[in-house]
Amino acid sequence: MENILSQAKRVAEEAEVFMVSAEETPVQFEANRLKHIQSKQSCYIALRIIKQGRVGYAITTRLDDRQTLVDAAVETAAFGTEAKFELPSLTSYPLVRIFDPDVESVPTEEMIDLGKQLIATVREYNQDIMCEAGVSRDIISTRIINSRGGKLDYKQTIFSLGIEGQLICGTDMLFVGESKSSCHPITDIKPITEVVLRQLELASRQAQLTTKPLPVIFTPNGVASALITPLMAAFNGKVVLQGASPIGDKLGQSIFDKKLYLSDNPTLDYCPESSPGDDEGTPSQRTPLIEQGTIANFIYDLQTAALANTRSTGNGSRSSGGVPAPSPSAFIIEPSNTTFKEMVSDIKEGLVVEYLMGAEQGNILSGDFSGNVLLGYKIENGEIVGRVKNTMLSGNIYRLLKQITAIGSDAKWAGNAIYTPSIYCPQVSVATK
Amino acid sequence: MVNITDIGHQLAEILDSYHVDYIEAHLEESWSNHITYRGREPESIGKTTSAGGNVRAMVNGGWGFTSFNSLENLSHRVELAVKQAQLASKGSGEKSNLAPVAPITNTVLRGKNNNPTTLPLAPKKQLLDEYNTIIWGIPKIQTSVIGYGDGHKRTIFLNSQGSYIEQDRSDITLRVAAVATEGNEVQQAGFSVGSTGDFRAITGLHQKVAEMAKLAVTLLSAPRVKGGKYTVVLDPVLAGVFTHEAFGHLSEADFVYENKQLQEIMTLGRSFGSQELNIIDSGLIPNLRGSYKYDDEGVPAAKNYLIREGKLVGRLHSRETAARMGEKPTGNARAINYRHPPIVRMTNTYIEPQDTSFEDLIGDIKYGIYAKNWYGGTTSMEMFTFSSGEAYMIRQGKIAEPIRPITLTGNVFTTLKNIEAIGNDLEMNQGGGCGKGGQSPLPVSNGSPHIRIRHCLVGGE
Repeated sequence: MENILSQAKRVAEEAEVFMVSAEETPVQFEANRLKHIQSKQSCYIALRIIKQGRVGYAITTRLDDRQTLVDAAVETAAFGTEAKFELPSLTSYPLVRIFDPDVESVPTEEMIDLGKQLIATVREYNQDIMCEAGVSRDIISTRIINSRGGKLDYKQTIFSLGIEGQLICGTDMLFVGESKSSCHPITDIKPITEVVLRQLELASRQAQLTTKPLPVIFTPNGVASALITPLMAAFNGKVVLQGASPIGDKLGQSIFDKKLYLSDNPTLDYCPESSPGDDEGTPSQRTPLIEQGTIANFIYDLQTAALANTRSTGNGSRSSGGVPAPSPSAFIIEPSNTTFKEMVSDIKEGLVVEYLMGAEQGNILSGDFSGNVLLGYKIENGEIVGRVKNTMLSGNIYRLLKQITAIGSDAKWAGNAIYTPSIYCPQVSVATK
Repeated sequence: MVNITDIGHQLAEILDSYHVDYIEAHLEESWSNHITYRGREPESIGKTTSAGGNVRAMVNGGWGFTSFNSLENLSHRVELAVKQAQLASKGSGEKSNLAPVAPITNTVLRGKNNNPTTLPLAPKKQLLDEYNTIIWGIPKIQTSVIGYGDGHKRTIFLNSQGSYIEQDRSDITLRVAAVATEGNEVQQAGFSVGSTGDFRAITGLHQKVAEMAKLAVTLLSAPRVKGGKYTVVLDPVLAGVFTHEAFGHLSEADFVYENKQLQEIMTLGRSFGSQELNIIDSGLIPNLRGSYKYDDEGVPAAKNYLIREGKLVGRLHSRETAARMGEKPTGNARAINYRHPPIVRMTNTYIEPQDTSFEDLIGDIKYGIYAKNWYGGTTSMEMFTFSSGEAYMIRQGKIAEPIRPITLTGNVFTTLKNIEAIGNDLEMNQGGGCGKGGQSPLPVSNGSPHIRIRHCLVGGE
């Protein structure tokens, strides 16, 4: 890496070398049985240079070919974006714990056992169910060095466990599932199987809703699948800078319900999306985005922050393989004190949404969403009475989140990047066949 | 620098020295460029080079798989894959097996002339600049998003049954989108095109770009449709996505081969639609992004009828799913790159044209929706949802006012039966990519003539 940096410094004003190497071991179960054991070694280097004020960028997995990498970065710099930012010099980073040596030493046999237990527990409840399960152990090293003396070096472990079940009766299909990740080894399958068994129980009967606006409770998974994608776009500093975010000019304004608090937080210990710094070497920080319903901040990388006359929030991400761009780390919605049970008992006729399919394919920027309730339940007189089918939910997240009846006390991780409680909205359009 | 051709032959010798059920290896070298715009200026321009490979082994019906970037010490990687396969075989009840195919030794190289990654960046950026300038020339446009990518790769496939296949492929994709705003309204429009390496496929689109940007502005004042059931006419792009999403994925045998209940639904001979309905997946059509000579298990690509005259007649297989179901491999085992094992994927999937003209298709619709262009789509096998990029009301047999793009949802089985007319104007869409099992976007194409579906559930307030 140091060689690439010095080679690049000879042809450019500034340079930054970013390297990720990973060893991943996924164990996969299909059709209720162990199918694959895999081992994936990968490593790539990204070189970003600033030459005559412009950004050049190249990536390679060929660690034996430095010259091609440097040449490619120089070639692209001729057409690159004008660099408005300064690479971070040597700085200190917050202490964020994301490495547990115990993950490295989990034997593959033990991972196989965990997968078998998951499937066995779910099939004990219903033996017709077909399960896919996955157990994975990943060790990832990240290093960044740059021409201003900046340096970040960290190692992360991730252990993941998940199951998806499919129950078919005639041409009727039911999908259930849950997963969990941590930087620690996961040894207890119960938090996962409990969720799946409850889904199966609630879905064991079917119920019919009427086509009209109804009160809707989005569970944590429901919130993640229906409401979060538009928010992630709207708070993205780049979208704001282009004027394409509907909340871009509303900093400091109260446009959401006062009960709503949202932050981006990559500093939580042992969470898979956490890290001491972002992919440009900016130290990680907790960034409040919505405080008591008011827009508090947007998220930025170095270049976008410079263009917007502000500072990077440590959200420079290379997830798309291109140059760093703003991207959320982990969206945290603060829980409140209403229990899920209290929400349900408040509703005469309504819907619980556990998974909405296709919501992210609508007009994300406007906040409009429309999707099929792949897993959801009807509420009748304060009780969940069964699973709904052929049901479509439509709305606009800005209108929905402006008036929330209650925010739940049941916050949990829905995927690695979203931590949220249930959200109870008084009125959402429901169409059904 | 390590060269995959040299390593290929060394690796063949290593594979020979193992006596297990089956071992295969893939080696790959690739080159790619991307140019993206977000707003007036380029956001990211970059070049990527990559090399790597994988080894997949089967021992007593259990699979092991290793992938790697480092091309050194490959005998260690082979050893690891075999060990993992041994471990996997102990933990599983039923055993995997492979349908027999004849070993193939062949080199299929299209050569340097077909490699878009070696063209200089200047003309590529010039073209995108022209398109971007057109978008910005339209009033009320807030921003533009352009994504251009090209790639070229050389692959070597070899297995313990004597196959040794060297292939190359090139790919170009372009996505252009415009965002228009007015007051609190934000609307967008876009389109995608692609080719198997011919840069001309993405040139000369200036008028199309202008129309797209104007559409984004038009949508600002377009009304939303009321949710409910409609007769909907889909254009070839959207009907192609429907075919791929709603039916194509169901015909991938890895969904059904170990699932008795699904097999009952997907029994060959079962009626899925009218006599007019024929659905085909063919990897053999020249110059389509889903085409290839051999799949990633060394099986020749084929033209496979999935639905013929309304009845299910075939499905897409890997060697493993074919063996399990007692059917023939169809050449549909594909991996997006060396980091993944091959899984069952589509190639170019389409509805065969019939003889109804577009005018006749909409002529007797008193009140319906004409949905065009693709925005997105997903399926859960039984249920699907997909979104149009633009939409119009149909009134008294004529295309009427534009409305906001719509989201369609429904049950696959009923919806296929509800296709009540198939047009005569087949078009293949080269702009798509398919995602499955964490492997996305895989180059595929899909297509259809205009089709008319009754009782379609459309989302809306």
